[in-house]
Amino acid sequence: MDTDQLIRTLAADNAHRSPPVGVVLALGLVVAAPLSIAIFFLTLGVRSDVMTAMRNPFFDLKFAVTLALAISALAISLHLSRPEASPRGWVWLLALPVVLLAAGIHGEMLLPQRLPMMTRLVGNNWRVCLTAIPVLSLPLLAGALAGLRHGAPSRPTVAGAIAGLLSAGLAATLYASHCTDDSPLFVATWYTIATAVVTIIGALAGRKVLKY
Amino acid sequence: MREGEDEWTGLMRSAISGDNAAYHRLLKAITPVLRAAARRGLARAGQPADQSEDIVQEILLAVHLKRHTWNAGAPFAPWLFAIARNKLIDALRRRGRRVFVNIDDFSETLPGEEPAETASPGEVAAHLEKLPQRQREVLGSIAVDAASIRETAAKFSMSEGAVRVALHRGLAALTAKLREK
Repeated sequence: MDTDQLIRTLAADNAHRSPPVGVVLALGLVVAAPLSIAIFFLTLGVRSDVMTAMRNPFFDLKFAVTLALAISALAISLHLSRPEASPRGWVWLLALPVVLLAAGIHGEMLLPQRLPMMTRLVGNNWRVCLTAIPVLSLPLLAGALAGLRHGAPSRPTVAGAIAGLLSAGLAATLYASHCTDDSPLFVATWYTIATAVVTIIGALAGRKVLKY
Repeated sequence: MREGEDEWTGLMRSAISGDNAAYHRLLKAITPVLRAAARRGLARAGQPADQSEDIVQEILLAVHLKRHTWNAGAPFAPWLFAIARNKLIDALRRRGRRVFVNIDDFSETLPGEEPAETASPGEVAAHLEKLPQRQREVLGSIAVDAASIRETAAKFSMSEGAVRVALHRGLAALTAKLREK
């Protein structure tokens, strides 16, 4: 097929309309979410004292941090799905969850505490946290990557890493409702390590599947 | 900014609002620019320039299948050149690695992999042969015989909708095959 023939063929296909990447990404996440939610309720479930916990601002802060991470990563993912996009100027969005968490740690320092700092940091659930967040992330990561394949990221590894942050943020939101460790020190340590693991998986997978 | 780039943006906007002729003109207009870039890239990488047409075709397919990622409020040229650069780098790297594998490390050659060779011109045409019959017929009719969608539908006793679906799937499958190789 010579190039003129190819051009004629492409022009004939001009009527075909693809949905925007955002729509396909949302679809991927909506399809994957029930799987993560099912795994969560079958293995962990919401903590039994959730009604009391909700009155604890440090319990609520966990959701602010994880959702801030998910939403920033979602915005960056959509931006990076365009071929001419650069992460520059956008990665700063990721400072949002970090600032929230730092404010939480600062706030906790100002309040009198029953437990010493290291005890709060290590907590009771770090093993569960390090397992649950990556496991709950995996279906969401697969959904996010499937959606982002519809885009054209110029840096597939970076785009995959951001998809990892997005899915880890959503998975951590689920996990946060189970975990009884509410100290921002615990979140800053173990949630961060778990998120880093998912980010690396996302980067490695993105490198493979997000090339267009 | 190069002269004509504003015109490209206008043509692409018309194309998206359904003007097939504008889309045809746009693709025609960008092709020489892409070809020159592909030749330069090949020359810089010490590769023969006769492969430039394969790269041009690959870029055109990517432009077509990813055009929904273009923001109609932004100029077209930066988007186009980002895709072209991505595809060119990809193509050069692929050709480079084949040579590398060829000389140095046969152990990395997976079973079932075709013997490493520099890509022959007409990659799109070669992959076209491997498409399912229906898609191949529809693409052939429109590309080679210059038939319209309606004429193609009549020729194969298909609905126009079915022709459109086969056409789009065929182009997507061609692109996927080019990516795999």
